[in-house]
Amino acid sequence: MALYSDKVMDHFQNPRNVGKLDDASGIGEVGNAKCGDIMRMYIKVEDGIIVDCKFNTFGCGSAIATSSMATELIKGKPVEEALELSNKAVVEALDGLPAYKLHCSVLAEEAVKAAVKDYYDKNGIAYDPELFKNVENCEHCQE
Amino acid sequence: MFVYADNAATTCVSRAAVDAMLPYLLEDYGNPSSLYAFGQKAQEALQASRETVAKCINALPREIYFTSGGSEADNQAIVSAARAGARKGKKHLISTKFEHHAVLHTLSKLQKEGFEVTLLDVHEDGVVRLEDVEAAIRPDTCLVTIMFANNEIGTIQPIAEIGALCRERGIPFHTDAVQAAGHTPIDVEAMNIDMLSMSGHKFHAPKGVGVLYAKKNMPLVNIIEGGAQERGKRAGTENVAGIVALAAALKESCDHIEENTAKIIPMRDRLFAELSKIPHSKINGSLEHHVPGTVNMCFEGIEGESLLLLLDKEGICASSGSACTSGSLDPSHVLLSLGIPHEVAHGSLRLSIGEYNSMDQIDHIIEVVPKVVAYLRSISPVWDELEKGTREHLI
Repeated sequence: MALYSDKVMDHFQNPRNVGKLDDASGIGEVGNAKCGDIMRMYIKVEDGIIVDCKFNTFGCGSAIATSSMATELIKGKPVEEALELSNKAVVEALDGLPAYKLHCSVLAEEAVKAAVKDYYDKNGIAYDPELFKNVENCEHCQE
Repeated sequence: MFVYADNAATTCVSRAAVDAMLPYLLEDYGNPSSLYAFGQKAQEALQASRETVAKCINALPREIYFTSGGSEADNQAIVSAARAGARKGKKHLISTKFEHHAVLHTLSKLQKEGFEVTLLDVHEDGVVRLEDVEAAIRPDTCLVTIMFANNEIGTIQPIAEIGALCRERGIPFHTDAVQAAGHTPIDVEAMNIDMLSMSGHKFHAPKGVGVLYAKKNMPLVNIIEGGAQERGKRAGTENVAGIVALAAALKESCDHIEENTAKIIPMRDRLFAELSKIPHSKINGSLEHHVPGTVNMCFEGIEGESLLLLLDKEGICASSGSACTSGSLDPSHVLLSLGIPHEVAHGSLRLSIGEYNSMDQIDHIIEVVPKVVAYLRSISPVWDELEKGTREHLI
């Protein structure tokens, strides 16, 4: 069996929404170059809806694929719904990931949350800090 | 175009090896331990193979023990020296930071048993210094084990000098020559090597067969217990066909070292010259002391696994020392031992070429790699920061 599912390979080789947004409402960056993966997520919010979303990723095949899938899953969705995106949903949408690559999906979830948090912060929108307690807290980057 | 550029991982089996082994699979399949003539045919093939291998490294046939591969040979050599040392109260071993895990893990197992291990620095160029070996030697040192050539960066160590030093001090010297055998000349007598490991599949023999050379006075401890094969030092019915193939492949490789080197060097040099044009790239390890075919470079701002997957899409088989390809959280211990920072080591690429490669294939590599690196940089937030100057270039 191949290392990655066809869907992972498709999203890795043809990533959706790759790039930057100059007029982003929120930008989230998670990960650590030392650990070998960094994701940067850009969201553009209009009337509470994520109308556009782009990403830049430094990392392995599954890091790129999970970033790509995460952007597809949140684009067009209300911000609150994006916040509910779980790493599990990203993994399922990609038809699975090898166990030792699951942290990439966690990173994708956290990148989305970090971008939303940035949007909230920039726009003075109140939120429950509990929602973001894990953001920028990639467990395997903790020394 | 398909380009196999991972010959340090494994090689194709040569025609000579296949031709040599087939009769021992199809016709003369007897057990070498059997008394009847049919079994003795296999025994004779074993003996002839032992002589061939011995001649290739200037050893005696009875100093050659066939194993399942390089890892087993490394394990047996190190454990044997440790046990012999312990009997004399000597429980200190010297090695280097960038050995293969077959060596490093065996050493850490011994450490847990109470042995002391000194791992020498290999400096920025990936070459251990004789002075460092000398300084590490203690009255209780029972083994120096230093690889002949490094598997990831290809640097050759001053084996003859280390051998002479160890011989002078009466300390057994083992070398893991898995990446050197068949690629660079080895003379265990002239180089004062007491024990040496080889793996067949790195020089066009099949996988699953290797060699431990142990000088006649070296006391060996069994790793595999059972029958009296290999002079009682390695139990299990011999892999006759594999051993015959190993001998044929080693002889063929050793007979053609000069010719193969002359073919490989221009290809390797072209790879280095062209890939070095990629901005913020770095060649890893000394080029002065180097096996012919190994090219190891880092490209800043990208990660190795995604690089390999995209190269695979273009038909190129290569490897990397990134954490994601090592299956651990840290990038290659070899690259870290050269002082390369984690974030740079993640973007490493190893291309290992051999005499079966052609210049056309090299052209394909140098057309594809810069494009793939540029693409991955274009989607990398790390590269973005490097370009904007918010992150400092490390190479």
